Amino acid sequence: MNLWGNAREGSNVQTGLQPSRRAQTRPQTDGSGAPAVLVRRVSRAYGGRDGAPVQALADISLHAAAGELLAVVGPSGCGKTTLLELICGLQRPDHGSIECAPAALMPQRDLLLPWLSALDNAALALRIARVPRARARERAGALFAELGLEGFELARPYELSGGMRQRVAFVRTLLSGKQLLCLDEPFGALDAITRVEMHTWLASALGREPRTVVLVTHDVEEAIVLADRVAVCSPRPGRVVAELEVGLERPRRRTDPEVVALRERALIALARGSAR
Amino acid sequence: MTMRDRIVNALPAVVLVVVALGAWEAYVDAGSVNTFVLPAPHEVGVALWNNAGLLSANLAPTAEEVGVGILLALLCGFALGVLIHLFAPLRRAVYPLAVGSQAIPVALIGVLLVFWWGFGVLPKLFVIVLICFFPVVVTTVDGLASVDPEQLKLLRTLDASRWQAFRFAELPAALPAAISGARIALAVAVIGAYIAETSTATSGPYPGLGREIDADINALQTSRAYAAAVVLFVFAIACFYTLALLERRLAPWAHRSRGDIR
Repeated sequence: MNLWGNAREGSNVQTGLQPSRRAQTRPQTDGSGAPAVLVRRVSRAYGGRDGAPVQALADISLHAAAGELLAVVGPSGCGKTTLLELICGLQRPDHGSIECAPAALMPQRDLLLPWLSALDNAALALRIARVPRARARERAGALFAELGLEGFELARPYELSGGMRQRVAFVRTLLSGKQLLCLDEPFGALDAITRVEMHTWLASALGREPRTVVLVTHDVEEAIVLADRVAVCSPRPGRVVAELEVGLERPRRRTDPEVVALRERALIALARGSAR
Repeated sequence: MTMRDRIVNALPAVVLVVVALGAWEAYVDAGSVNTFVLPAPHEVGVALWNNAGLLSANLAPTAEEVGVGILLALLCGFALGVLIHLFAPLRRAVYPLAVGSQAIPVALIGVLLVFWWGFGVLPKLFVIVLICFFPVVVTTVDGLASVDPEQLKLLRTLDASRWQAFRFAELPAALPAAISGARIALAVAVIGAYIAETSTATSGPYPGLGREIDADINALQTSRAYAAAVVLFVFAIACFYTLALLERRLAPWAHRSRGDIR
């Protein structure tokens, strides 16, 4: 795999139709309402196992405002991961365009490096940015304290529970310094109780460290509890079949009547999208 | 680990050695074989005792060859593995040749090596490197390629350069595998030294244990040849466990994640 083959410069605009034209768009961090992520009519296919192309995304359009948490919900295999990799610049769209600030990815598996402590794993992006080790640890340590991770700095990943590992992975994503975070089913591998704890934790962490977030999940409840807005996707090839404004006060509980009502609406939209 | 644990851990090996020596002794004492062909263990023991000075003087050059040779082999093997990993064309060009190099009969090139580098240690080092580098190349290449592609994607989104991905993910991930390769290399390094000594000429009074064994066999000093072989045997085991200790220092996560904390 040649991930380093084509240079990826400061701007993160990919235009499938005109790859040479790379507009300079700055990240929107002023809350002016202009979208921080703008996905316009993007299609993306990849080579399937038998050589026939598989259409992962077909003509999908999405946007997220600066500081907004957009949840993208869809059945497994609807191209959600492809969407995030497009936003993060790991793939290019076949058609359509994506405009966004440089984004940091938090994958479903924590992918912590087993030979580094929790603190050094969290500080990885700083080390990559050539921040001296002591300074990087200091900054990661401050965030550990702020987000309730103190005491785990020196633990190795295999000594941590699944929930703790995801927290460290999230801090690593935060310390990338990017305003846009792409979370790819970050709690999909966790048990139900831990997942609910993580929802609370993530909501408070984002309260302290506001970012624009695109959260991809197949868990409708998770989407409603966490997001400002929910985009419901159809099965492959993925496209948006419904958008729900959540607009509820935080903290939210999954048993709140408004959350339950929205969850039902999202589930109905999902079912309709699948029945197409 | 307490003293008692150590004794318990060593017990199986001790029992096995005692049983093997007993069987050997009984076999020779029964007159099954001429003692010029196979001396009894007690004769080997006596030869070991009587020739302790000679054997240790000959161990010194052999130990030097093995020590320096294995280090060079590890360096060359690891460097070649990294280059092969980073440059795909090199893989296609060099890999088949590296495999083929393992089939070179060392005696064929021994004279040439002496012609080039004389009677000193250099030709021996070359032979040991030739014999030992290959397992390190294979395990290093496999170790470097074993990094999760998702991990590399993640590093990419954290703006890691190709070199940083190598330094932060691939290199440490490959280390345990490369050390396994080093173990295999070390296990054959001692026989490599024997081959090196017997296929390249040496000047000086103490040419090494390999030469000593060949000379003793020709002089029908079979028990002394066996005594020299016993020294090589113990030396090889000592080298191997030294590396195992080093491995725990270099790549502790490879042990601890398997719950093997010591």
